[in-house]
Amino acid sequence: MTTFRVLYKSTAVRLSALYIVLFAICAAFLVFYVTALSERILGQQTRDTLQQEVSDIQRAYGRGGMNAMLRMMERRARQPGANLYIIASPTGEILTGNVASVEPGVFETEGWTLIPFRYERYSESGATTDKHQANGHVFVLDNGLRILVGRDLGEPQKLRFLVRRALMVALGVMGLGALVIWFGIGRNALKRIDRMSAASTKIMAGDLSQRLPVGGSGDEFDRMSESLNAMLGRIEKLNEGLRQVSDNIAHDLKTPLTRLRNKAADAIGRKNEDGRRAALEGIIAESDQLIRTFDALLMISRVEAGSVAAEMSFVDLSAIVADSVDLYEPVAEEAGLSLVADIQPDVGVQGNRELIGQAIFNLIDNAIKYGVGAEAGARIRMRLVKEEGGIRICVADNGPGVPADRRDEVTKRFVRLDESRSKPGTGLGLSLVEAVMELHSGRLELSDTDPDNAAARGLTATMVFPAPEQ
Amino acid sequence: MNHVDQTAGGADSGCSPSMRDGMVASMKILLIEDDLEAAAYLTKAFREAGIVVDHASDGESGLFMGTENSYDVMIIDRMLPRRDGLSVISELRRKGVHTPVLILSALGQVDDRVTGLRAGGDDYLPKPYAFSELLARVEVLGRRKGTPEQDMVYRVANLELDRLSHEVRRGGKEILLQPREFRLLEYLMRNAGQVVTRTMLLENVWDYHFDPQTNVIDVHVSRLRSKIEKDFDQPLLKTVRGAGYMIKDEG
Repeated sequence: MTTFRVLYKSTAVRLSALYIVLFAICAAFLVFYVTALSERILGQQTRDTLQQEVSDIQRAYGRGGMNAMLRMMERRARQPGANLYIIASPTGEILTGNVASVEPGVFETEGWTLIPFRYERYSESGATTDKHQANGHVFVLDNGLRILVGRDLGEPQKLRFLVRRALMVALGVMGLGALVIWFGIGRNALKRIDRMSAASTKIMAGDLSQRLPVGGSGDEFDRMSESLNAMLGRIEKLNEGLRQVSDNIAHDLKTPLTRLRNKAADAIGRKNEDGRRAALEGIIAESDQLIRTFDALLMISRVEAGSVAAEMSFVDLSAIVADSVDLYEPVAEEAGLSLVADIQPDVGVQGNRELIGQAIFNLIDNAIKYGVGAEAGARIRMRLVKEEGGIRICVADNGPGVPADRRDEVTKRFVRLDESRSKPGTGLGLSLVEAVMELHSGRLELSDTDPDNAAARGLTATMVFPAPEQ
Repeated sequence: MNHVDQTAGGADSGCSPSMRDGMVASMKILLIEDDLEAAAYLTKAFREAGIVVDHASDGESGLFMGTENSYDVMIIDRMLPRRDGLSVISELRRKGVHTPVLILSALGQVDDRVTGLRAGGDDYLPKPYAFSELLARVEVLGRRKGTPEQDMVYRVANLELDRLSHEVRRGGKEILLQPREFRLLEYLMRNAGQVVTRTMLLENVWDYHFDPQTNVIDVHVSRLRSKIEKDFDQPLLKTVRGAGYMIKDEG
């Protein structure tokens, strides 16, 4: 019974039930209309035939008198399925005819009998038997005799009965079919939807690895499941990324916040003004670093969201690389590195100057940070070159480099291979470069500067822009 | 987010040149900011730096105050109730008010800067910012000190910079500078007596608009300093701790 209740709750089943009811009403209406119409036509035909008979009989009487009329009536009455022929006295007594008796009063009015009358036939054994109904036409001869020509109503009644029975059968079949459909399709669909909701309940509970069932038939349900699954996959991936980022953020912000707190506690404890001031300045520096981290994070997410894509214009890469050399050369020198650049002139792309600039600065910054102290003279080589495959900006250092199997990692947010975090930085530099390159339909490539030198492979970071369309 | 900026750098008003030198700067600014907590903080910090602040908490009243009163600088938040910041600026400009405007924005993106400046803003500071940064920019916008833009020769004590011949002399002795060093000194001297932050230097000398996260600017400034102060006892180019740099005649 529960199944029925559940079935009734299913939209598909309710809709099909409603459809069947509507269809049945329409069918019934149609059937009744058809029977009524055919009955009317049949009645008209009967009247036409009787009218014809009446005028035949009247003509025979006019031409040959009683004899001719009687002969004609007798002949016609013998034919199979004959009409009713009755000759009655002026008082309504049946004188002759192929009928045993009729309802009294049938002969009183001339013309069409208004309502069907009952009559009895001669049975084969001669006894009067079953009662029948007929319509008839009465006329009076000049000698006062009354003649009735009638037709049994059995035929139209049989037709009506047949049609109605057909209707019942049809409706029965339809109802049965509907039940089968309810059980087949409705229950089947219901089961699949149940499975889907079971899966989504698990997903809602937090298990994003769940997928909706796919039947394999490629129907609407499957297509829906597939697209929902694709969506789930994307959400899972994003969620995973987000989770990792928030883990990293939590971890990377906890350390400076703790430091900040300790410095504040230290500042309170200091007695002399200069010491307190120094401690407070340390706090400010620490806070600034935190703000930088947040800024960088926001920047990356905005670049990744593509909201800066609107601000694209022609960017002179040669000029930006020259700027970056100009800006960082003294810094590199101060850190004991040499910065050399090989810049192809007049190279440009469609892009965002600020972001490209910042990306290059980040790469040089990294190169300075991790390239210092190379034995054979720390050196950063920069190169801007336009090639067949695209425009390449390389920043190569000869520091320790990044092992090939960890290169994917270093572009992730907050990932720093230097576990001790001894170098300053947010751990977001390469993430920003990668996001910027993605925004410009390019990529960031990391490779060894000198693969043969195991001690100092060096890292070459290359920003690759797609070749501009000619 | 709005609160982060309040801790950023702290109210570094002790470093403000006007306070330290006991000068009474009668600068008056209009602050249009709907975050009341931030506005109260800024008002207090500016007051400590000797700047009078009028505050409006929505776009309409800010526009009214900006039109009716005269200010040296206006600080306008981009997102304001009743009338957004950019529309306030364009309306002010349409009414002939040419007071320098600094736009504060939580959006902090390159294109936001461009649209902000296009709408008639003169400077742009994304949140979160350090108060010292805001103060330095407001003072430069207010132009109470420094050298008039149209001067062809900037002078601070015995240091002279000729913008036409690109010559720099100190005590009559020529100092040779790289083109970039020249522009750095030019910007510092134009804003002589005012704090100039590292971000402002990166913006005005190199034309990149972000926070230089490392000591790049410091290295450039220290090189410049060594060139202009090598043979002289009187230091001119000073580091303002927690804020930036300032070129000033101490004598």
